[in-house]
Amino acid sequence: MRRQDSSANPVTRRRLLKTLGAGTGAIVAGSTIPGLFRYAQAQSSEPIKIGFQVHRTGIGAAYGRWYDRTTQAAVKRINDAGGINGRPVEIIAEDDGTDPKRGAEVVEKFATQSNCDVAFGTLFSHVVIGSAPRAGELKIPYFVVSEGHHVASGMLNRYTLQPGITDVKSQVEAMGPFVAANLGKKVAMIFPDFAFGHDHRDYFTAAFEKSGGQVNAHIAIPPTETSFTKYFPKIPQDTEVLYHVMVGPAVLTFVKELGEFFGSSRPELFGFIDSLEAVDISSPGLEFLEGTYFWEGNPRYAQDNQTSHDMNYRQAVGVDANGASVSDAKDVSTYAHMFGCWETLNIIKAGMEAAGYQGPQDRAKLIEAVEAMTELPLSDDHPQGAKIFNGKTHQVFGHQYITRVTEGKLVLAHTTSIEDTFYPDEADYTSQPF
Amino acid sequence: MKQHNLHGSVLAVLFLAFFVMPEYHDGVFARIMVLAVYAVGYNLLFGYTGLLSLGHALFFATGMYGLALPMQHLDMGPVPAFLTGLAAAAMMSLAVGFLALRTTGVAFMIVTLMFAQAGFLTILYFGEYTRGDEGFVIQQADRMIAGLDFSDPTTRYFAAFCIFAAAFLFIAWLMRTSFGKCLVAIRENEDRARMLGYDVQLHKLLSITLSGVISGASGAAYAFLFGYAGATFASVQYSILPLLWVLLGGAGTTIGPLIGTAFAFYLVDFSSEITDAHLLVVGAAIVLLTLFAPQGLAGELRRRLFAWLP
Amino acid sequence: MDFGPHLFLACLEGAITAAVISLTAVGLSLVFGIMRVVNVAHGEFFMLGAIVAWWTATSLAGHPAFGFSAALVTAPLVVGLIAIIINRLILVRLNYDPERTIVATIGLLYVIQQTALMTFGPDARPVEPPFNTRIAIPWIGFGDSGFELIWPWGLATTTYKLAVIAAAILIVATVWLVISRTRFGLIMRATQQDGEMATSFGIPVRRVYAIVFAFGAALAALGAVLIVPVQQAHYLMGGDPLLLSFIVVIIGGLGSLPGTIIAAVIIGMSDGIISVFFSPTLAKILATLLVALVLVFRPQGLLGRRRA
Repeated sequence: MRRQDSSANPVTRRRLLKTLGAGTGAIVAGSTIPGLFRYAQAQSSEPIKIGFQVHRTGIGAAYGRWYDRTTQAAVKRINDAGGINGRPVEIIAEDDGTDPKRGAEVVEKFATQSNCDVAFGTLFSHVVIGSAPRAGELKIPYFVVSEGHHVASGMLNRYTLQPGITDVKSQVEAMGPFVAANLGKKVAMIFPDFAFGHDHRDYFTAAFEKSGGQVNAHIAIPPTETSFTKYFPKIPQDTEVLYHVMVGPAVLTFVKELGEFFGSSRPELFGFIDSLEAVDISSPGLEFLEGTYFWEGNPRYAQDNQTSHDMNYRQAVGVDANGASVSDAKDVSTYAHMFGCWETLNIIKAGMEAAGYQGPQDRAKLIEAVEAMTELPLSDDHPQGAKIFNGKTHQVFGHQYITRVTEGKLVLAHTTSIEDTFYPDEADYTSQPF
Repeated sequence: MKQHNLHGSVLAVLFLAFFVMPEYHDGVFARIMVLAVYAVGYNLLFGYTGLLSLGHALFFATGMYGLALPMQHLDMGPVPAFLTGLAAAAMMSLAVGFLALRTTGVAFMIVTLMFAQAGFLTILYFGEYTRGDEGFVIQQADRMIAGLDFSDPTTRYFAAFCIFAAAFLFIAWLMRTSFGKCLVAIRENEDRARMLGYDVQLHKLLSITLSGVISGASGAAYAFLFGYAGATFASVQYSILPLLWVLLGGAGTTIGPLIGTAFAFYLVDFSSEITDAHLLVVGAAIVLLTLFAPQGLAGELRRRLFAWLP
Repeated sequence: MDFGPHLFLACLEGAITAAVISLTAVGLSLVFGIMRVVNVAHGEFFMLGAIVAWWTATSLAGHPAFGFSAALVTAPLVVGLIAIIINRLILVRLNYDPERTIVATIGLLYVIQQTALMTFGPDARPVEPPFNTRIAIPWIGFGDSGFELIWPWGLATTTYKLAVIAAAILIVATVWLVISRTRFGLIMRATQQDGEMATSFGIPVRRVYAIVFAFGAALAALGAVLIVPVQQAHYLMGGDPLLLSFIVVIIGGLGSLPGTIIAAVIIGMSDGIISVFFSPTLAKILATLLVALVLVFRPQGLLGRRRA
């Protein structure tokens, strides 16, 4: 029944490497052969400056810290292998306070003050949407790592791309068939009452009903809430599966109170790991999660079939087999999201090398080079799994992982195919002028 | 006369600054001028009338969404949309004022805070249209008036300049009228103003409405010039910011709001460049300023150097 | 869930919310009522209490009850001490001027938050409750054989949540006793009614202010210790308690302790009960407007006296 990662067959993969997608693979080879890209190095040895918009303060700080660590590790690896076009990469990091106004200001600063080549790294959707118009106006490529549907929906602009992490629409739609086939046909959904939650509501409901299921309740929780029990009676009693996704500092309270509400008679639970990102699964009060399922962008615990790529990536960032920091076992990472920074930086490298990027005058060429990418094979550059980039919608598609809490660890139960996550294009950024 | 000179020179400096400053600071000052309009509106109610509101984000956001929603969903042009934003802010502040002015002091702070919180939640509740916290983009193609592209740095800067100059000169004029003098009289001693025969409630209501319209103009201009509307701008934080700007710059002075807004921006901008712990620097600077410049920056200038400062 | 059990559960949750709010509000009520300053950083004292509790609990091995009990002592002490320092360094120098205090405490809020972020980190960290057993609550239903005792699905609470309610009652009662029955309470009341008069009667008003400020901060920290096993320690957790306790203090009527308690119960319960009838966000909107309208039509608060 279980479909495993189909990218295990390198022969068919390699045959499929096309145009600039090959760039990614070639870089790996190229970086071991010094001199291959020397022609570019001769022009300038100034560092390539990447403006890193990071949530150091505000509600996104827990994510921001790990995005920072992953970014530092990825840049170290790129620089150790000779940089981009022979030039070292320099990260210009600045806090955006997880605020859309400050986010826009930081992008302006990257473009006009610190003369960054590209901007990168934003997670929270409102910061992305608040900043992207400025990136488009200042014509600075803006690589976001947000998992929002804002890029693929066509709301943003030609300069904004999301090549390193899949979007919420594709994630959610790919969950519908699994939940219907394995967990139950009657689902109640609990989600935060803001756009991210509404995306879950709309896309999951549609996908689930297509799979023959029925969503019998939508419970939208106001994001300012800190206690949740009073809303749980709105879950219909004949619910077979409870679908939950929560974000913010109150997530642990939410999950604990869920356990206290149901006691021993809980329905099946299917959650997005966002509900427990950066939280230890073995925290007191979470015992009832045993046997429940989670979507994970990238499995937090090292799995039995762990690839060498995940092993290398984990080691480079400093994450142990349980998804916590190697220096502090209580410091749990945002493993399901942060790989996006690593992969995005490798895309930037591949794109710049394919475009023969020299400086800001080549920004349009860089975007075209990334737009031309298609297949991104599983590799040290893409340790989360193989991906397919859609140049028209500026959005990448990839495998999704469903894990089950087994003896206090998240154990892989199912991997979706990339095709499971496809949906019809909603935008064509390539038709916009630069 | 000195006041005229001062206001003239402030505007002249802002006008000329565009041609001298590096590109980055041009962009920054466009934003500072738009937000300073918000502070100017706040200053009218707080600095001149003596009413401390903790809910002005509601008026800012009403202006913002009053412009952005019709542009997004009704394909309305920017000029009528801007007027819609102003009208919405006027109605909102009139309604809030009508209810909230039954209270004074801390109760007024709480009532305005609660109305603003309800407004914030309402934006989330109608997420289908507002996209909630995430907000939405006003496309570059829609940000055109009579062939002028307002996403262009020069156009944006001078649009921001015009709206700031309008608000700035309006307040400077208003404070010399008998209406403005009455507001100050209410701030200084409400009972005496009442005994002198002024309709205190009516003056307060007009003050909060004007303040709301100016704040709303700032919100609408922000959405239009920077292409984004989102619920963050309706959150508590954005009610506290204008208070902070006005107090830092100098409450009850005409140039205080601009100084405070610019100072707060550069404080954050410089400190976050130097250190990750920039809030520590910002916080310490605010504390020190209250200790050593109790009237705000403009107030301190007035106290030490220029007693005539308006 | 049936309507009856649903309403009951909502009331129970409302009572817990009320307990939590009253704990955080009592300290602010003292500071605000007696010193007449709006301390925007009051919520940060609450947050610091939670963080000290986490540190205490995690650095002590053994049964969770041990670390928790220790935190009940350390958190109020540490936070009270910090408050004394802040009072001496800042508030005294500002002469307790209301407007300047607001700005200075906004600055303090940034300083404390950033310090917490750098030392404690951005994660939400749980403290294990000393005890926590789920209790299913029986309900009288009408079944085939007439009235009978049933155990409705989901109708449950935990022993720890009930203990929070009990602790809130105990602490509030103690504070009330201190204010109404002790000599220090008398001095506080005298200072509250008329600071100048109190000074002329030889009351060291400045020292009273310092003690009240520290006491208020310690109470906030104590509230945080009790709550942190339910809601985790997080560096941004101070915002909500600040707003809620601020609201409760005003609605109750400035400086009226019984008013503060009644307001906490009303706000907590209405939050729970309204959530039964409306969708969650709409319920929050209505509960918020209710608070505003109470004040619009009774600006002096529920138990406050209208100033002449």
